[in-house]
Amino acid sequence: MRILLATLAVALAAPAAAQLRVDINSGIAQPLPIAVPVFPAANDAATDAGTPAELGVRIAGIIAADLRSSGLFRPLDPAAFTTVVGVADTVRPQFDAWRTVAAQALVTGTVSANPDGGITLACYAYDVFAGQELARQGFVTTAAGWRRAAHKCADLVYSRLTGESGYFDSRIVYVSETGARTKRIKRLAVMDQDGANHRFLTAGQALVLTPRFAPNQQTITYMSFEANRPRVWLYTLGSGRQAAIGEFAGMSFAPRFSPDGTALVFSMSVGGNTDVYRLNLASRQLARLTTQPGIDTSPSFSPDGSRIVFESDRGGAQQLYVMAADGSGQNRISFGEGRSASPVWSPRGDLIAFTRMGGGRFGIGVMRPDGSGERLLTNGYQDEGATWSPNGRVILFQRTMRGARTDLRSIDVSGQNERQVPTPLDGSDPAWSPLLP
Amino acid sequence: MSKRSKRLILPLLVAATVSACATKKRDLPPAPVTEAAPPPVATTAPVDGGGVSTEPVGSSNAPGSYADFVAQSGSDKILFEYDSYELDDEDRAVLGKQAEWLARYPSLRVTIEGHADERGTREYNLALGDRRATAAKNFLAAQGVATSRLSVISYGKERPSVEGTDEAALAQNRRAVTVVAGTR
Repeated sequence: MRILLATLAVALAAPAAAQLRVDINSGIAQPLPIAVPVFPAANDAATDAGTPAELGVRIAGIIAADLRSSGLFRPLDPAAFTTVVGVADTVRPQFDAWRTVAAQALVTGTVSANPDGGITLACYAYDVFAGQELARQGFVTTAAGWRRAAHKCADLVYSRLTGESGYFDSRIVYVSETGARTKRIKRLAVMDQDGANHRFLTAGQALVLTPRFAPNQQTITYMSFEANRPRVWLYTLGSGRQAAIGEFAGMSFAPRFSPDGTALVFSMSVGGNTDVYRLNLASRQLARLTTQPGIDTSPSFSPDGSRIVFESDRGGAQQLYVMAADGSGQNRISFGEGRSASPVWSPRGDLIAFTRMGGGRFGIGVMRPDGSGERLLTNGYQDEGATWSPNGRVILFQRTMRGARTDLRSIDVSGQNERQVPTPLDGSDPAWSPLLP
Repeated sequence: MSKRSKRLILPLLVAATVSACATKKRDLPPAPVTEAAPPPVATTAPVDGGGVSTEPVGSSNAPGSYADFVAQSGSDKILFEYDSYELDDEDRAVLGKQAEWLARYPSLRVTIEGHADERGTREYNLALGDRRATAAKNFLAAQGVATSRLSVISYGKERPSVEGTDEAALAQNRRAVTVVAGTR
């Protein structure tokens, strides 16, 4: 998708430092009232995805849904709007009309069909009470990419108002589950962050677990029981090609990519002992990073690639440890009640999410990489499998209700705004992609 | 925790290239809710004894068959305590009988499947299932069964034998199952 910067309408002077800002660090006390009226059509040529007027309705709906899902914004009911936005209004909004409905921010723009069959989405954000422009950007895409253009616009608004990068134009890979627990069918599936464009990747003959994106989002590493040989595989999204990463002495599992995409870390069990290994994907060189007796698993790189957090029961029960990327300097970082497992390093680097078990409950928690500042965000019968949004603000996880279904949930890192993520069947083992390019 | 398995550091057999061992297949987009065949698990169907011992074994089951194995051993599975891979006296008695049966049919191989209950994290439970299967394998090997006849696989918490979340159900799922895998 091409992004047009400052080529839309008249070039205006950059707005002065805006007053309007959503403070995401103090939690979500009061979501910001925001108006997202239907985007008017700049022309009426048809595209494969519909007319610009039809797309303008759907795009405004997606932007509002994205912003609402963050818990930071409260999109206003369009039925209350006192004005219909025309093309000219998108660059000179009738601020008085938006003040009367108590909108603090306005997201507007136009949709036009391009001669090549694609579309251009022009996206503008305004501070209603200051009567000031906050941000503008144009997105040129194929007609089929209209949803992504809407997510990009929502990311622009989120980013301008929070000061953080957005996360709406991203995808989720997860395991779709169905059937009795004793003979569960599991399939890899991908979908947009909001559940749209859902697609199954595997047919369900082989048990598959724990998919995770490569940094380039084109490859997924996962574990498969294909041919009753449980080991780590790679799935290439474009071609659908599936390949095991190699032939090892024991079961290989719990794979994750390094931040530069050149290596995998995973566990291997040999003779009842499980250690963490790193495989260089180009040279096929395998390095053993842990040698302690016991179970060392669930490795996850720090975003700069210099360190790895993992879990080990070497101290008696599952706890979190951090080591250098070469396996040196292994230090325990979790010391709380119960067990801590399945650590995942935030893409911001500031926190590690993990599963806390204790008192018959499983919850998702976060702590700093030195083990300080531990907080539990959820507490359920069985919450596990945390994964971070690309901006490190939202955690996705799986929740199994006792004797009932397993589904995907999201929660803000503040511990607020817990939501169910819709999936066609049961869902587990979610992994969030980086922001799409 | 005093229960640590003895450390076995085995050489790793890494394929020189991925293409040498990788299987390739095209993605087949499935219908969303089709009940596809379950993932393959080791068969529990009777297998051919391969013309081995004809001595009477006091059972109506075909000698060397899986049903015969279960009848003669008392059980094809042993159960474990929560998060444990220790064998108790009962487990050792069952495994001892399994070893005796295997001694009578030296052409047969077995796979030991290790399983965990659902009350653990997914990746840890894969490792725990491997520990349990390996504990059973090591005991059988100590009883004289050649290790070349013994393989292990862990299913973690992915294949419980019974549904349910009460302790009775969970206890049934913390298990190692010896499955006659065929002839050598």
